[in-house]
Amino acid sequence: MCLGIPGRIIAAHDDQGLPMGTVDFGGVRRDVCLAYVAGEVSVGDYVIVHVGFAISRVDEAEARRTFEALREMSQLDELEWMRATADAALDTLGEDPT
Amino acid sequence: MKYLDEYRDGPIGRALAARIHRAATRRWTLMEVCGGQTHTIVRQGIDALLDGAVEMIHGPGCPVCVTPLEQIDKALALAARPEVIFTSFGDMLRVPGSDCDLLAVRARGGNVRIVYSPLDALELARRHPDREVVFFAVGFETTAPANAMAVWRARELGIPNFSILVSHVTVPPAMRAILADPANRVQGFLAAGHVCAVMGWTEYEPIAAAHRVPIVVTGFEPLDILEGIAMAVEQLESGRHEVENQYVRSVTREGTVPARTLVEQVFELADRRWRGIGTIPMSGLTLRPAFADYDAERRFDLGTIRVSEPAECRAGEVLTGQLKPRDCPAFGRACTPEHPLGAPMVSSEGACAAYFNYGRYRAAEPAEAG
Ligand code: SF4
Repeated sequence: MCLGIPGRIIAAHDDQGLPMGTVDFGGVRRDVCLAYVAGEVSVGDYVIVHVGFAISRVDEAEARRTFEALREMSQLDELEWMRATADAALDTLGEDPT
Repeated sequence: MKYLDEYRDGPIGRALAARIHRAATRRWTLMEVCGGQTHTIVRQGIDALLDGAVEMIHGPGCPVCVTPLEQIDKALALAARPEVIFTSFGDMLRVPGSDCDLLAVRARGGNVRIVYSPLDALELARRHPDREVVFFAVGFETTAPANAMAVWRARELGIPNFSILVSHVTVPPAMRAILADPANRVQGFLAAGHVCAVMGWTEYEPIAAAHRVPIVVTGFEPLDILEGIAMAVEQLESGRHEVENQYVRSVTREGTVPARTLVEQVFELADRRWRGIGTIPMSGLTLRPAFADYDAERRFDLGTIRVSEPAECRAGEVLTGQLKPRDCPAFGRACTPEHPLGAPMVSSEGACAAYFNYGRYRAAEPAEAG
């Protein structure tokens, strides 16, 4: 949970006053809170994301490097998990697990 | 050396290693604070590559590992309550409590859900007004801004059935505690780049000055770590003790100010216990009185929690750098990632798991080499 994952902002929206964005992490997309980098970033920029929050802006080359390094360290479990379950989990948020 | 050769920037890495060997006129002892850095060092064999010039001691920077047993037991008690939906980052589910883990509570019918962001937990609360949603707020300065925002939003949006079980720790007090220990061997630190991306490094300046230790803010990739070590060794060789920034790509002295500001509005400093280490004064965060309604420990009567650590686990010594994981008698025998006795074997950021996953158990297990 401690290592941030770089991703690219592909859309931005507002959730009842909270700046949010859709971020693409090497093909996996997630809603991310942009409140802490608001004013500094716009659609198309790369950010480092910690547990659903963009913490800092990075350039594209750095984003790619970091992403590759995380892959080499097999530290993308969080992302794998997101890929496997996150969207499903959010879709079924209203249901109790069996 | 074979490990670094497998890395795509092997030649640059070897040049940095040569720079460190040239600079070091004696053997220096450095500590990397962050579990992600430990992972890289063990995986790439950086400790072996620098043998003779630098000894790397692995620090307590694994949030899963240092979450105290009583907080895990409180999580287990909360998760077992019928009115509660207990939410957590995935890493915490297999951390052993006194008698089981969150996965076991879920198997017995507890409503335990993994979330990616604390805002997902808040969203669950919004959709289940008839249930109490509790989020397990663990971690260092990298997760604190997210958890602060979840509480802030709960108040802003008037979501009454959301609370957090807080177990936040901060890095600088742990560094001070390690340096103040009479048995301390650490002569310089690699500070965690991602923590500093949030917090900046102003808090480290008085530590470097008071204890006369170089502190180098360092990333977690192999070349970052080698460069960070080179900078620390060069400081030590020239008698300097400053805060330097290797990770200029991502870190500024002030950090991410809006994140720091919200963390300060929602949380305040408090004494915290660190699993395996003990209480470190003012080393953690707790909710400010204005947000006490969102504190799960106040909302639920958890009774008295009596904890019992497995006697075999030497995590405290591992987390303070006094014992290498492979020298723990249980390592690779009674304790494996499949059947962890202690948290450092559970988390991907834990030192015991790093040694196990990258085959560093062979020295202690010659019979299994091959
Ligand atoms: S190897 Fe297992 S038992 Fe030994 S210190 Fe590490 S987690 Fe504890």
